[in-house]
Amino acid sequence: MLIAGASLAGLRTAEALRDAGFGGRITLVGDEPHPPYDRPPLSKQVLSGWVGADQTELPALRAVDADWRLGAAAADLDLAGRSVGLADGARIAFDQLVIATGARARPWPVAAEAALDGVFVLRTRGDAAALRARLAARPGRVVVIGAGFTGCEVASSCIDAGLPVTVVEATGAPLLRALGDTIGAFAADLQGAHGVDLRTGVAVAGFEDDGTGRLAVVVLGDGARVEATVAVVCLGAAPNVEWLAGSGLAAGPQGLLCDSACRALDTAGQPVAGVFGAGDVVRIEHPRFPGEPLRTEHWGAACEQAAVAGANILRADPDLRRIDALPAFWSMQFGACLKLAGAPERADATVLLQGSVESGRFVVGYGRGDRLVAVATVNQAHWLSFYEAQIRAGAAFPPTYRRVDAPISPQKELAS
Amino acid sequence: MSEAREGTLLQRILDADSRHDPYPLYDRLRERAVFQEPDGSYVVTGYAEVAALLGDPRLSADPANSPAPPSPPFSFLNMDPPGHDRVRRLTMRHFGPPNDPGRVEAMRPHLFGQATLLIDALRGRDEIDVVADVAYPFPVTVVADLLGVPREDEPKFHVWAEAIVQAADWDPRDRSPSAGVQAAIMELGAYMMGLIQAKRRDPRDDMLSRLANDDGPEGALSSPELTGVAILLLLAGHETTVNLIANGMLTLLRKPDVLARLKAEPGLETPLVEELLRYEPPVHFTFRSTLADVDAGGVTIPAGSAIRLMLACANRDPARFQHADRFIPDRANNAHLGFGSGIHACFGAPLARLEGQVALREMARRLVDPVLLDEPPPYRINPTLRGPRRLRVRIAGVID
Repeated sequence: MLIAGASLAGLRTAEALRDAGFGGRITLVGDEPHPPYDRPPLSKQVLSGWVGADQTELPALRAVDADWRLGAAAADLDLAGRSVGLADGARIAFDQLVIATGARARPWPVAAEAALDGVFVLRTRGDAAALRARLAARPGRVVVIGAGFTGCEVASSCIDAGLPVTVVEATGAPLLRALGDTIGAFAADLQGAHGVDLRTGVAVAGFEDDGTGRLAVVVLGDGARVEATVAVVCLGAAPNVEWLAGSGLAAGPQGLLCDSACRALDTAGQPVAGVFGAGDVVRIEHPRFPGEPLRTEHWGAACEQAAVAGANILRADPDLRRIDALPAFWSMQFGACLKLAGAPERADATVLLQGSVESGRFVVGYGRGDRLVAVATVNQAHWLSFYEAQIRAGAAFPPTYRRVDAPISPQKELAS
Repeated sequence: MSEAREGTLLQRILDADSRHDPYPLYDRLRERAVFQEPDGSYVVTGYAEVAALLGDPRLSADPANSPAPPSPPFSFLNMDPPGHDRVRRLTMRHFGPPNDPGRVEAMRPHLFGQATLLIDALRGRDEIDVVADVAYPFPVTVVADLLGVPREDEPKFHVWAEAIVQAADWDPRDRSPSAGVQAAIMELGAYMMGLIQAKRRDPRDDMLSRLANDDGPEGALSSPELTGVAILLLLAGHETTVNLIANGMLTLLRKPDVLARLKAEPGLETPLVEELLRYEPPVHFTFRSTLADVDAGGVTIPAGSAIRLMLACANRDPARFQHADRFIPDRANNAHLGFGSGIHACFGAPLARLEGQVALREMARRLVDPVLLDEPPPYRINPTLRGPRRLRVRIAGVID
């Protein structure tokens, strides 16, 4: 049994295998030298200094009795020969394989600029430790490039630390791409209220150094020049699929395609015997959201896919477990707790369900046609489980039932 | 006793004769997760259904939405969002995170000191009443000190509190609070108004002073709001923790092996109090009404219905808890409903937990060879806030 990837999904798969009674040998291969650790705190508690980057180790849910090959990335897959080559030249034969190689931060595309001192990405605990050390040295203005979840959380941690922050976002608002207009506008106001210098609708054109290889100026597409010694590139994550090239698996820039039983699919769309996928590397057919497979990069999705993959390794077709949980994630930024359940990427309209944006406490519903497909809560997480049940039940959108704290005249808006 | 009281299973549970052990009746009640009573109200017994409904925005806690208001309204306990959220948030500012995160933990030495005094006073006695000697005076003193209510006024507000809490003993034949209850609420309200005015003139370091002089970003509660909050906190701090501690000691006396473990294992009091909140919770049910048609447990509860959510019954649901009828002091995954759930989850839970932990640990540690004298002990009549009226215990001494 070989598990390629030794982070959350890899560890939880090994645990699920042992839970299911697997008594054989398990080998875990990881590109990072550390035992599995937790990433969500890296942009929050670690950056703010509450928790050291080396204190984020994931708790083991049970003993897995595995061989750990840490510090050696999987480099190629020979499906016919049932073996995986490692970056250090070793080859490991397998009977069954779980692909959980995760994703990596998309670097700044210009290599020379990305290499400047002061230009950071944030994905690994090493990234977080380096960025934390730089922020703790009071570097002056920090430029955050990209206002997705990581970018917003980094900006929030900088503001908490009293550092001036400029956030540059190519779309019209923070979080807009993932969560739409209502939350985008709210997030923009929130950043403004906390003193963030938010620049939307503009891209970063490049970085200039001070002549000694240190970042000095971030140049925006509109010609504006922001003086800064730290820039954090938060342009999302790319799945680690390159090692699967030519293997015959359906792996591409969007991830490794898996069916809802977490079985890896080949380029003909057929499940490959004994090969599974879990975590940020996969794009998965979700039984509740037919159509395009979902790639969610959510912590909970990694756990569920690991549990499903681990269980299915010992099962055959009619008894296969399928993923079932709604995609869900949370974020903490600028004092706000944001939680989401469902698939907002499927939505064609949004509506305010409870509360008001002005109060900073509200629930947004996402609809596709006449069905509720996702819900986001801002400082209203206690209602989330109710709406999860509504999404599962295929509830009508927009809802018409009477409820507490319902907006007086909820405005249905097209999702962006 | 009227025929109505002998009628349905629920009515038998509400009957005083069932108070000492409603659990066999709860087991039968749970055969249907949701059902309707002859009076038109609905009863919810299953864990999954109760937990879901506690988080359902189609349910209202505001008596104005109920066809049969179960008791007089008490501040945010009986309000819906957004008003509820504002009043609870402004109150929480002075009791917990994020504004005052250390408030409860800072009370630990005070709690320990009060428990020590009360147990010290038992020296030389060979028979004690756990309710009168510890379970009642302990939380009352604590909540009075927390709020800044003079302790010497305790006998006064005890009388009002008892009268008001009886109103929660909802009798289907008499749905409006009695004149006595109304009078008690008026008197307690007037007393609290006076106290709040005094706190405005002469602020001290107590919760009422802070609430009355709040200068936070959302402003202060109005005087009527603050009076309502003060009454709620006083009553809730008064009438529920008493039962937690008394039910807890009763459970320990009935289970000597658990008592022995508590003595031997420091820290066991933490999960033990959680298990107590599941197994013998101080609050047995709570009321809501539906704003819309709600499907639960295979039943459609129509809009405008009164609902009784059976927390203690749900806490023994074998579909949720393995060995639900066993008291397992270090039970894992114990998501009990002893404090409710959702937006009305117990405001005072952190304090109640700490009080229960300190009182039970100290009694277990210091009382020598305690023996329960009445089995079962006599109970208070209230089926909602359920607990012994008296808990006589023989002891062979008190150690330091």
